[in-house]
Amino acid sequence: MTRQHVSVTVNGEVREADVEPRLLLVHLLRDVFGLTGTHVGCDTSNCGACTVHVNGMSAKSCTMLAVQADGAEIRTIEGMASGATLHPLQQGFWDQHGLQCGFCTPGMIMQSAWLLARNPDPSEDEIRDGISGNLCRCTGYVNIVKAIQQAAAELRAAEAAPDASGTPAAAS
Amino acid sequence: MIPAAVDYVRPADLGEALRILKEREGEAKVLSGGYSLLPLLKLRLAQPAILVDLQAIGGLDGISRTDDDIRIGGRATHRRILEDEGLAAVLPIMRDAAGGIGDPQIRNWGTIGGSVAHADPSADWPAVLQAVRASIVLRSADGERVVPARGFFIDTFQTGIEPAEMLTEIRIPLPAPKSGSAYQKLERRAGDFSTVGAAALLTLGADGRIAEVGVGLTAVADAPFAATHAEDALRGARPGDELFREAAAAASRQSRPADDAHGPAEYKRAMVTEMTFRALRAALGRALA
Repeated sequence: MTRQHVSVTVNGEVREADVEPRLLLVHLLRDVFGLTGTHVGCDTSNCGACTVHVNGMSAKSCTMLAVQADGAEIRTIEGMASGATLHPLQQGFWDQHGLQCGFCTPGMIMQSAWLLARNPDPSEDEIRDGISGNLCRCTGYVNIVKAIQQAAAELRAAEAAPDASGTPAAAS
Repeated sequence: MIPAAVDYVRPADLGEALRILKEREGEAKVLSGGYSLLPLLKLRLAQPAILVDLQAIGGLDGISRTDDDIRIGGRATHRRILEDEGLAAVLPIMRDAAGGIGDPQIRNWGTIGGSVAHADPSADWPAVLQAVRASIVLRSADGERVVPARGFFIDTFQTGIEPAEMLTEIRIPLPAPKSGSAYQKLERRAGDFSTVGAAALLTLGADGRIAEVGVGLTAVADAPFAATHAEDALRGARPGDELFREAAAAASRQSRPADDAHGPAEYKRAMVTEMTFRALRAALGRALA
């Protein structure tokens, strides 16, 4: 089969590759671009470990072809921290023990970022619904919910005081 | 899981897409959101030679209203349907169904046209579209057909779409005044396909009796179907719990569920009765609101 040229913007940087049309987006990110923070869990669009943002919408990158993403803006877990400063969601997961093995965490954080961009002050039910496409087999979700609540509060505070630390602006 | 080798095109307009579907008839598959097709490709249950991606074609994802009907573009995502306030006001059943499909990521990308064309026997939209007596617009290089949703779902993963046709739009008649609609889904875990899904639309006449009714069921036959025996029991009658129990039992008798991981057939038949009853009750509540 002919290879096709794909050009995507990943975490603000233009990346290009010639790929087989059957290549999955998650494999483009991991195997071609070396961005292994995005995990392959179930490979059946159930678990959400591979969640990334494509043009601002959260997507399961195991259920999208790389060629479908040609021309798109993609954001992965590697694009969340600002230098050595963790994104408030990353910090929240750290502080609240929102992970044990950590396998689901990149997808969980990307899905939470999408949720908070649309709903900066979600209720616990809205958080649980928002991450219902992301499975965690360690934590029982309680600390994940706390982590997202911590991040939401921090992001709202940063929004209210835009002159404060610059990092939260990257969350939108 | 890796799909078999395949070609990919992203036509810029509908005409070009339809031309490709005609030239590569039987070899081409339409790619919309991908959340039905990609799993099939990865399992190699589908091995098309070429994928025709619709994402660059404008005008296929809107929701609009005419004097007679609601028109939903085939590429409208479950999310767009879920969040359309105008649609929810006239057809709350659409919000009921959209909100229960898959999970947030799937709703972000999965489309109503993709789901309907895919025709999973447990999918939600086919039951809803039969309850509301929707029509399905099919385009090809040779023209357009508008076919009723009732009769469109032939069998498991089989619809009335011809290989060179594309589903471009869903049309739903605007419900008459004093109508109510609801969808009730039983699922084992959040985000699962339905164990049983029941869709109902009720229209009350000036005398308070049921003037028109539609009931659709999913996951309890080889293909989602209209529960016509229940409709016959309801039409012309005065609405109430006793009547709804009777009609729901008729819906259950018309269902043909299979034993599977979601439960034995006997359990599913009992759940058809319950979910149909709940859908009718919710629809009545909305008709009276």
